[in-house]
Amino acid sequence: MLSQPIALNTALRRQPRLRLARGSLGALLAVLPFFLMFGLFQLAPLAWVAVNSLLVDGQWSLGHFREALGSPFMRQALGNSLWVSALSSVLGLIIAALSSYALYRSSSRLRELVLAFASMTSNFSGVPLAFAFIILLGFNGSLSLLLRQWGLGDDFNLYSTQGLLLIYTYFQIPLGVLLLYPAFDALRDDWQEAAALLGASPWVFWRDIGLPVLWPAIAGTLLILLANAMGAYATAYALTSGNLNLLTIRIASLVAGDIYLEPQLASALAMLLVGMLVLTAVVNQCLLQRSRYAPD
Amino acid sequence: MRQTNQRRHHSHQPSPQHRHYTLIVWALVGLLALPLLATLLYSLASRWGATMLPDGLTLRWYLELWGEPRFLAAFARSLLLCFAALALSLALILPLALVAHTRWPWLDKLMKLLMLLPFAVPPVVGSVGLLQLYAGGPLPLVGTPWILIACFFTLTVPFMYQAMATSLKAIPLRDLLDAAHLLGASTPQAFIQVILPNLRNGVLVALFLSFSFLFGEFVFANLLVGTRYETLQVYLNNMRNHSGHFTSALVISYFFAILLLTWMANRFSRSA
Repeated sequence: MLSQPIALNTALRRQPRLRLARGSLGALLAVLPFFLMFGLFQLAPLAWVAVNSLLVDGQWSLGHFREALGSPFMRQALGNSLWVSALSSVLGLIIAALSSYALYRSSSRLRELVLAFASMTSNFSGVPLAFAFIILLGFNGSLSLLLRQWGLGDDFNLYSTQGLLLIYTYFQIPLGVLLLYPAFDALRDDWQEAAALLGASPWVFWRDIGLPVLWPAIAGTLLILLANAMGAYATAYALTSGNLNLLTIRIASLVAGDIYLEPQLASALAMLLVGMLVLTAVVNQCLLQRSRYAPD
Repeated sequence: MRQTNQRRHHSHQPSPQHRHYTLIVWALVGLLALPLLATLLYSLASRWGATMLPDGLTLRWYLELWGEPRFLAAFARSLLLCFAALALSLALILPLALVAHTRWPWLDKLMKLLMLLPFAVPPVVGSVGLLQLYAGGPLPLVGTPWILIACFFTLTVPFMYQAMATSLKAIPLRDLLDAAHLLGASTPQAFIQVILPNLRNGVLVALFLSFSFLFGEFVFANLLVGTRYETLQVYLNNMRNHSGHFTSALVISYFFAILLLTWMANRFSRSA
């Protein structure tokens, strides 16, 4: 970054203005197509949503947000999205953290095998995942029938927020392991031994050394899982054809539903979702910068 | 890095505690594999009523699935869309990454910021704007495969740019370019003949990962296009009322495609 390339320097001395102008033009032409496509299909739709969430009959107004937050139905959707995401993220994180520690303590062959398996199952999401759970735990699912024979699981309904919580937790686990495991790899064996020699119990080791080292990674992973679950749509849609009341389901049904469409109200709901996701991203960035133990 | 880790972990002696950890790891594998195994067994079952195990095994559902023209067409469309989107992504992001790492360092900083956008703006939100902007007007793309190619491209941006940036930072880019210039190569020539071969493995890993990600994309495909250009995921969703054995065969076939892709990505990342 600091030193100019020698070849470019000699070239500049020979034909200063021409070479520079041609190079800059070439660079501009090389990046222009990217920004054109990215602008049209990533920035423009977001801009449309942001502007139209604030427009009522051509006037700037918070009317759509008031309407969205004033409706008990929408508030329920927001609440469901929040608690299903939060609870599934925490449950997924706990299972992922215990598994990551166990992986860290396992033989390297087993570890590599399981990490590869986790990266495979982390791609098993959306519609196929919902279908697999319907086959396992739906009304006539193999595990449901078995549980019913044993007189168990009568009050469990897969096609509800309860079922959604289970499926979300399932897809959070492999993702959590993939995100968290590298942090466990930074723990040194000799720290635990040294702490033990100095008289620290395992509990004291984890309270004073282990968790403070892992904390930024744990918090960051939790935020990524949370954002991932809040923006998810396919699983919930496939599970009940859109009958579960979630924020993403409401947004989609307001722009692509069968009854009547309200793209501006959808925009307001969408901006609420974007606001929450941006907040998690910002907190995550702050954590990464504050972390003394970040890899680089 | 990998070698030092292996040496460190090999030093663990098998102990009762060690066995506990292995047990937890296998419990995790069992938990993650359970829905998949149930689906696999269901797709191979001739009939599975109120019993613990199916009545008999058969390949009937797979034969039915792979002889179904609508499935084959959806599969082909998904493949075509993914290939087109990845080709577009490569063609647009590669020049960008090269410029950002040779000429305009500020571009790299800008990209780090823009890369966060696909995470903050999930496809459901993007679709709200896309449906309004491209339903009519000068670019009536909604309902055509073109809008999916463009949207899939935006989804690949973080993976592809990150992979290229990492590979570009790992090689002595300046020295290679200077050497190529001294030997008489023009800048484009140097990029194609000297820099690109050095990026090959890193970019291939990103391509495989992006592929398995795009192959499972449902939200854009369903909201923007639906049955007008039915992809594999949309087809799977539309088969919801079909026999559970048939949809299981579909889910398992899909998972094997993903398996193959992640396995290839792993192989390339090991040699990278």
